Amino acid sequence: MTNLSRRRFLKASGAAATAGAALIGSGLANAQERAAPGATTLPYPREAIAKASGLQDNVPVAFNYPDAESFCQIIKTGRPVPGGIGPDGDIVAFSTQCTHNGCPLSYDKEARTFKCGCHFSIFDPEMAGQMVDGQSTENLPRILLEHDTADDSLYAVAVEGLIYGRQCNLL
Amino acid sequence: MTQYRDRIPLPPPDAQRTNMTCHFCIVGCGYQVYKWPENREGGRAPEENALGLDFRKQLPALSIIMTPPMHNVVTDRDGSRHHIMILPDKECVVNQGLSSTRGGQMASVMFTGEGPSRQRLYYPMLFTGDDWVETNWDQALQVYAGVTKRILDANGPDQIAFDAFDHGGAGGGFENTWGSGKLMFSAIQTPLVRIHNRPAYNSECHATRDMGIGELNNSYEDSELADTLFYIGANGYETQTNYFLAHALPNMTGKNLEKKKQWFPGESVAPAKVIFVDPRRSLTISVAEHLAGKDNVLHLAIQPGTDTALFNGLMTYVVEQDWHHERFIRDHTSGFEEALKANRMSLADCSRITGVDEADIVKAAEWAYKPKASRHYPRTMHGYEKGIIWGNDNYRIQSALVDLVLTTENVGRRGSGVVRMGGHQEGYARPPYPGGRPARYVDQEIIQGRAKMLTVWATNPFQSTLNAEQFREAVHRRSAIVRDVISKARGASATDLVDLIFDAVENRGGLFVVDIDLYHTKLSDAAHLLLPATHPGEMNLTAMNGERRMRLSERFMDPPGEAKPDCLIAAEIANTLKALYAQEGNTEMAARFGGFDWTTEEDAFNDGFRKPEGIDSQGGPTGDLATYERLRAMGTNGVQLPIKEFTGGKLVGTEMLYTDYRFDTQDGRAHFLPAPWNGLPGTVETQRKKHRFWVNNGRTNHIWQTAYHDRYLAFRRDRFPMSPLEMNPDDAASLGIVSGDIVELHNDYGAAFAMAYLEPDIAPGQSFMMFGYDNGVVGDVVTDWTDRNLVPYYKGTWADIRKVGTMKDYKRTVSFKRRRFLNA
Repeated sequence: MTNLSRRRFLKASGAAATAGAALIGSGLANAQERAAPGATTLPYPREAIAKASGLQDNVPVAFNYPDAESFCQIIKTGRPVPGGIGPDGDIVAFSTQCTHNGCPLSYDKEARTFKCGCHFSIFDPEMAGQMVDGQSTENLPRILLEHDTADDSLYAVAVEGLIYGRQCNLL
Repeated sequence: MTQYRDRIPLPPPDAQRTNMTCHFCIVGCGYQVYKWPENREGGRAPEENALGLDFRKQLPALSIIMTPPMHNVVTDRDGSRHHIMILPDKECVVNQGLSSTRGGQMASVMFTGEGPSRQRLYYPMLFTGDDWVETNWDQALQVYAGVTKRILDANGPDQIAFDAFDHGGAGGGFENTWGSGKLMFSAIQTPLVRIHNRPAYNSECHATRDMGIGELNNSYEDSELADTLFYIGANGYETQTNYFLAHALPNMTGKNLEKKKQWFPGESVAPAKVIFVDPRRSLTISVAEHLAGKDNVLHLAIQPGTDTALFNGLMTYVVEQDWHHERFIRDHTSGFEEALKANRMSLADCSRITGVDEADIVKAAEWAYKPKASRHYPRTMHGYEKGIIWGNDNYRIQSALVDLVLTTENVGRRGSGVVRMGGHQEGYARPPYPGGRPARYVDQEIIQGRAKMLTVWATNPFQSTLNAEQFREAVHRRSAIVRDVISKARGASATDLVDLIFDAVENRGGLFVVDIDLYHTKLSDAAHLLLPATHPGEMNLTAMNGERRMRLSERFMDPPGEAKPDCLIAAEIANTLKALYAQEGNTEMAARFGGFDWTTEEDAFNDGFRKPEGIDSQGGPTGDLATYERLRAMGTNGVQLPIKEFTGGKLVGTEMLYTDYRFDTQDGRAHFLPAPWNGLPGTVETQRKKHRFWVNNGRTNHIWQTAYHDRYLAFRRDRFPMSPLEMNPDDAASLGIVSGDIVELHNDYGAAFAMAYLEPDIAPGQSFMMFGYDNGVVGDVVTDWTDRNLVPYYKGTWADIRKVGTMKDYKRTVSFKRRRFLNA
């Protein structure tokens, strides 16, 4: 799916996604999914996270997505990066629970990597979350973003990759 | 799986559960395999899944390691499809629920009939001269056995060469070392055998064994108890990951102080001090500094190849300080005075040769050997690996190290040891090698036109030998002679083919090459016949880890096509040869190929490991106590060899060797060996003088061995599309090289290609290249020099480096961020 068609798809399915989000926590998310046999994606919520102009280069901002139990960070890297969005193609967001054993990642501004203090995995936000070194078998889950040029809002719309400690990204 | 890979099926409570030891490194982490029908899945409530976890809510950190690559769907030969999930076992004392990036992907490399696993060999394959075609076992065996017999009858056994695994884990194990060993050594009786990572049939640890000390003499728990962890040429975080994380880490952080007090009442205890001997600041050093604090980590960045001088300087200093253990030396060793005289080296000389400050040498001696405040001798665990094994004169360095260890009694005491950290798991049970010591330098014999047939058994010397360019050239050149003959054989029966191949190898200088493997490899590019093998999970397989812990990995699925366990391939070869000899009435030779009437891998296990009389087995004389049934019951914790007894339904093993001071020598004493420092070998020194860069090399965390699975997996291949070469940024700048460039290393032996990866922790004039990879082979620039027992000096070569050019896609897709956790 190209970026354009992905955006178009998400826009078209926005109503269903919102309905799915409303069900989170009620234990009916799976029922919602089963109710839509044509869908191959989970009903991720679409949530505003930040304004692109409000982000500073190389300073990550924490947020929770797709629910309060899942910790993520958004970062404007200051240079175009794979998967980057926004006016400069430099904004990316990731789950910051290590994909190995779930420990919280911290951002090293000098190294420009996310690091895990439990088993020393290192991930590169400027290379789509690639594991630079470490013990996971997965790169960092990417939070897929959209940028609304009308009001400069950044929206989280889906998660690519399994968040640590879950059978499914939507609880 | 959806495009987002954001869900994973859970095993239902009644999923089949079997034991698996990791296929890969020496540590041998325990895993549980869950298998259940495709049409079922467990629920998210704890009682609805086999893991007993509540997936209706976010699990906290450290609950479980369960990632999408740990799941797969397999198809058995009856057509049934099942989910499999392979998870690290929390009950296993080795890894305690941890998985490394290598073991954690085991489910991904099991055969599914789709994706990367379509690359597996399904059937025997025959090269027709210009193409591979599938054939059946009967044809393949007729050709293999027929050529073997013709060569054996005409020349005797020593023109029949093998390159064979001698290890445990995948591509090895007690069943398969026995099966292949019985074929090579008892039936064919050839001495012309090399081992998977070296050009001859030798040990990586001859010296320590000659001194009476087996190289795996303690338990992983001893690294939890040591006062000082002394690592020499060992990079534990990357290459023995969960040994480091589960056992050394808690000692470095001081988490084990209460345990130490309980074990050693009255002794001073503290968090471990950590010493590293390594010219390179490795990833492990950076992690250790983070854990223990820089004040508790001492990095002795010696000049390449000067380990012997360091140990001799330390031994001399320790004796001068009167820190040697006189009573132990007197009562339990021999040769101390002679060795001390030969090894004697002043601090000044030691510092000058190694390039390490005198103060740091003294500090190392104090940390490792000076009596503690409680006046007890410190317990120092010496862990060494390829820095010594592939170092400057394996036999001499190892002698010097073990001399130092014996001087300070760091063997047979809990919390101490002198132990190789290990590469593969172990799993050796073979008849005695029918050759001498030194053995035969097989690579050189093939290069020089000797040997008529080469069977490469679960190895890949094109990526993993020394002087690799010349070896590859010779094998390809000689293989082409046979290929030419085969290409012209139209309408030829198996018997005709045998005649043609025999003529090519007997009269035209050809080399008939057979590859037994899971996949096509770089070596199979030169082969004529391929035989498909299996790996753990597709067969039952026993092996032991670096603390001699033996486990049974249980078969839980079918192999692809008609692939077979190596031991049963050996049996089929032997049985075919037996029949050929019987047909012509040669009962003597038929008998030599007898004793392979096995139908399962357990038959091979019972024939070898369980009949230890007269064979070389790591199980020792009590191997007969181990049965599949008993091992299955011992689960992922298994039993540490040698087995002491079977009692109360359990196998009882041995945690540490030599606690009784009875060493493995005829007189029971440990023997010192003189090991005077003697500089670099001339061959290596020639390259050092001519070329600018020292080409250090070894493994990285991401890639296992020759990348036989990894090269098909995007997670691995996207990380390292080509062998990375760590270079100092100033050196790189002087050559116009930036990260992601393709570079060429070249010297008198060959040329190797790599992907530049700039790293400030690499000293000027040094470099570090990944070993064994398929895209960029460092062995191409390694000299042909070996020690007295034909052990290579892989770490000892120099080369010049030039920029080949820029690869835009590497820069676009590969991270060149620093791999070290803390920067120097």
